Amino acid sequence: MRTLKEKEIVDVLSKLPIVANTRLGDDMLQSFDEAMKNEKSEVGREVIRQLQENAKIAREETVPYCQDTGFAVIFAEIGEDLHIEGNLTEAINEGVRRAYQDGYLRKSILSDPLRRKNTGDNTPAVIHYDFVKGDKLKLTFGAKGGGSENMSRQGMLKPSDGEEGVKQFVVDTVSIGGANACPPLVLGVGIGGTFDKSCVIAKKAAMRSPYSKHPDPYYAAMEEEIKERCNKLGIGPMGLGGTVTVLGVNIEVYPCHLASLPVAVNVNCHADRHGEIVL
Amino acid sequence: MAEYKLTTPLTDEDVEKLHIGDKVLLSGVIYTGRDAAHKRMFEALDAGQDLPFDINGAVIYYVGPSPTKPGNVIGSAGPTTSYRMDGFAPRLMSLGQKGMIGKGKRNDEVKNAMKEFKAVYFGATGGAAALISRAIVKCDIIAYEDLGPEAVRRLEIRDMPLIVVTDCHGGDQYIEGRKKFEVK
Repeated sequence: MRTLKEKEIVDVLSKLPIVANTRLGDDMLQSFDEAMKNEKSEVGREVIRQLQENAKIAREETVPYCQDTGFAVIFAEIGEDLHIEGNLTEAINEGVRRAYQDGYLRKSILSDPLRRKNTGDNTPAVIHYDFVKGDKLKLTFGAKGGGSENMSRQGMLKPSDGEEGVKQFVVDTVSIGGANACPPLVLGVGIGGTFDKSCVIAKKAAMRSPYSKHPDPYYAAMEEEIKERCNKLGIGPMGLGGTVTVLGVNIEVYPCHLASLPVAVNVNCHADRHGEIVL
Repeated sequence: MAEYKLTTPLTDEDVEKLHIGDKVLLSGVIYTGRDAAHKRMFEALDAGQDLPFDINGAVIYYVGPSPTKPGNVIGSAGPTTSYRMDGFAPRLMSLGQKGMIGKGKRNDEVKNAMKEFKAVYFGATGGAAALISRAIVKCDIIAYEDLGPEAVRRLEIRDMPLIVVTDCHGGDQYIEGRKKFEVK
């Protein structure tokens, strides 16, 4: 049994959100370079050019790429042979608290959804726990912006809707709300499970790189097809018209009930900020 | 894509020459306000009180910046999604507001009010927060400080890069632009 101290978790987590928010990943920068070549609209290319310049300034000056520095969403994979000395939830929230304070990141979290008072430190984080084999702790962090989150959608399809029903649901989601979600987008798609499970795996999918592929060729092909269909919608960068609307589609699946076909689409904007650490 | 340099406060003439897809470099003074600030401004109006700034010819930027790093004028300051302010915008235009800066589509009530009262809606590139902040040369909180990132700020700007996304002639770049590139 390995032991990990609460302080070690706080120390690394107090840096991860700052890095993620000020240094947009190389995968995203690469996808912007490709978008510059593929985008046929002049206004669209102007938008991509601004995003490239923005990413450069943010990195050089260590300032947030986007002012909405997000809800801190964390997937914690806890090794069964790992003992955490202290409290994992408190460690994560303390790390987030320090990062948002030290990094001049915006505090966007309200303590109550209706009475709407800011907690002042961007906590609590949304944390998903999972137990895995081994003695390590893996933390995957995402800074999830509100504008794109608002355009996400879940549907309980009929099993007879099948593969085409799922694909069309995703394309419709982009068609309805994509322009307001700061495209070009990265889509996390969760298929299967229960109502709640589909949303959690969609979030997990949204945290993958736009270049990642599902290990099952059946779903990898579906990712590619949905992306192509979304890019025919004409929405374009920032919704101003164009041929690059979606940079990547990531699918996660889970076994499901014989009566159900849940599908969830978690929409991520071009400020797709994610990162992971293993302790 | 015509290109214009404009300075606030905006006039009917300024607004009428703009068409969707035009690039505008905007200078002068603008005001920030988003969900909670608009709610407070409406409460003030309903109570017969003044707005925190002169609305005539004013441009309101829908933004809630990130905290300011020491030595900087403002934190990162990209636009927020505008439709949440759709319920507020027509009344403010009827009082003299001439411009809005944000991102995303507006509803028909807003577009009709833009025609009636001659106003323009600019799109700033969402998420290009670090880049846009470079155009802001001065920033002062003038009202509702308790709202934090949502407090009303007076911004002095120089050549802020914007695109006309809805004009006073009924043009909507979100509709026209998409039509042009949609493959059925």
